[in-house]
Amino acid sequence: MYRYDEIDQRLVDERVRQFRDQTRRFLAGQLSEEEFRALRLRNGLYIQRYAPMLRIAIPYGLLSSKQLRKLAEIARKYDRAYGHFSTRQNLQLNWPRLEQVPDILAELASVQMHAIQTSGNSFRNVTTDQFAGVAADEIVDSFVWCEILRQWSTFHPEFSYLPRKFKFAVNGAKADRAAVGVHDIGLHAIKDAQNQVGFKVMVGGGLGRTPMVGFVIREFLPWPHLLTYIEAILRVYNRYGRRDNIHKARIKILVKERGPERFREDVEAEWAHLKDGPATLTHEEVERVAERFTRPQYESLASQDLAKLGNVPGLAAWVKRNVHAHRVPGYAAVTLSLKKTGVPPGDVSSDQMEAIASLADRYAFGELRVTHEQNLVLADVRQDRLVELWREARALGLATPNVGLLTNIIACPGGDFCALANAKSIPVAEAIQRRFDDLDHVFDIGELDLNISGCMNACGHHHVGHIGILGVDKNGEEWYQIQVGGSQAPAALGKVLGPSFARAEVPDVIEKLIECYLERRDSEAERFIDVVQRIGVAPFKEQVYGKADQRPPRSQRDAAVA
Amino acid sequence: MARLIKGRRAVSETPPSPDEKIVRLEPADDPAAVAGELASASRVEVNFPKFGDGRGFSIGRLLRERYGYKGELRAVGQITRDHLFYLESCGFDSFELREGENAEEAVAAFDDFSESYQASPARPVPLFRRR
Repeated sequence: MYRYDEIDQRLVDERVRQFRDQTRRFLAGQLSEEEFRALRLRNGLYIQRYAPMLRIAIPYGLLSSKQLRKLAEIARKYDRAYGHFSTRQNLQLNWPRLEQVPDILAELASVQMHAIQTSGNSFRNVTTDQFAGVAADEIVDSFVWCEILRQWSTFHPEFSYLPRKFKFAVNGAKADRAAVGVHDIGLHAIKDAQNQVGFKVMVGGGLGRTPMVGFVIREFLPWPHLLTYIEAILRVYNRYGRRDNIHKARIKILVKERGPERFREDVEAEWAHLKDGPATLTHEEVERVAERFTRPQYESLASQDLAKLGNVPGLAAWVKRNVHAHRVPGYAAVTLSLKKTGVPPGDVSSDQMEAIASLADRYAFGELRVTHEQNLVLADVRQDRLVELWREARALGLATPNVGLLTNIIACPGGDFCALANAKSIPVAEAIQRRFDDLDHVFDIGELDLNISGCMNACGHHHVGHIGILGVDKNGEEWYQIQVGGSQAPAALGKVLGPSFARAEVPDVIEKLIECYLERRDSEAERFIDVVQRIGVAPFKEQVYGKADQRPPRSQRDAAVA
Repeated sequence: MARLIKGRRAVSETPPSPDEKIVRLEPADDPAAVAGELASASRVEVNFPKFGDGRGFSIGRLLRERYGYKGELRAVGQITRDHLFYLESCGFDSFELREGENAEEAVAAFDDFSESYQASPARPVPLFRRR
């Protein structure tokens, strides 16, 4: 965990005081709805379908057991005793009362937490790989760079009123587990021939209404220039990003309209003024931030053969799916699944939060991480205690062995909660999980990302699911468009199969897609996404819609085009 | 009700005298275009036509940091107390608040935050070099 120093703490406390006053002025009629909207959003507060929603920042997904206990307490005291972990590694409360939000923020500040810039047209929470610091393929510890960026972006005076939201991802390992290609800016750490650390910088990626994969604006940016270079990008965006149309205001549209080459020239011209200026990072600062992180005190242990942990039914499946390699011998990282059938993906009750905090204390040095797939990770578990942990996690309903599999569905809160949604997500996820309730079958299908968004804002990342489901509105009715072929890393966007379906039809469609895959795969090693990439979308389309002469009557088809 | 703040104090507006030279910039304007006029300007005004339009913050920094403007830099338009801390950080030193805002009360907002992480005209050295 990064531990705040006195200044970090003071700024968060001052933010609480500022927002308390803004809330007071709004309730007293001194701030208009529109003005307060801009202010509350940058404190994570939405006005939703049934109630406000508060999005609490979990910077780069890293959380202490103490903080999780506080979240459990807040959810119980101010909400309905549960929270929802989102794909941005944040926690959302669905039922707080507007006038109590300043008190919630004060409680968060007491454990070095906040809701700063979790929404609004500002620089959002920086996300990263949930295995930062423990992955065997690590190049740099991305948490350190995320914290440097958190500080740089917090209350940035020039960039607090951007044209639109701005999402940033950092990947510190060889494999990209942070989906850097689909963020406004994505950084991928690399080392050059002299072993100097730097970043490949990608700009203009993103999902939403106009999904795009970012372009590489710089193949190698030496780390000292990180902040000045980003400042140059943000300045070009702040000055020239479109503000006339909310749907064209993301940086990707600016990149697209100017073209990547001109955009790069603009950034380089701006950077020429900022390069080597006072914001150039120093070794001292990187070390200072790194040293403020608490580190696990590992013991010297021998690596164990996880296949020999014990012949207990269910254990092997969990070890295979939910236990991950660790760079330190004798340790493993463990995913606690929040994807049990019948529970909305990412939802956790206050009781569960407290139980998880206890697991973190007893098994994982009091730390845990939130993943963008809406699960939790205990990153530093002794291998010789895995069986014990598994028994406890199973008793808590957190050991569903489905990480990376079809039923590990990413889903936004959807129409059950969200004011923006066109359709519900949670019941669709549940119907699919129920259809695929045979674990052996799910294992046989193998790795498959299935993502569901309730609208084109794409909080459920449907474009980068191997199978993506998008809720659409057709004359006030919920319909679902199915895509295949998306991928998080390397980033690829799925292709729409065809006309959309009613909710009840969705599990059948998924089943047909799976049948098509199983019939055509070369071997179990060839994943669903590999088959789509090899044979294209057409066979899947045919399996779902039939050949042209076998299609359902036109009247039925027309009704389904949304 | 006073709506003008200068030197962190609420002041009454005085009508501009005829020999004053006021340079006014809109959000889409490029400060480079007025660089030659800055030396003789008695005031530069940057307009913020909407509460959420942040282009003027960049303009302020550019005027101070790149074009070396040292004179009065005024933010005008839809300015509320909620902008003051950031505006001052970006180099503004006078502020014409929007209708309905009370300058006497608003000046408290300069102390919303006691520190900034970033380098800016108000704090040319970023916090990490002062920690």
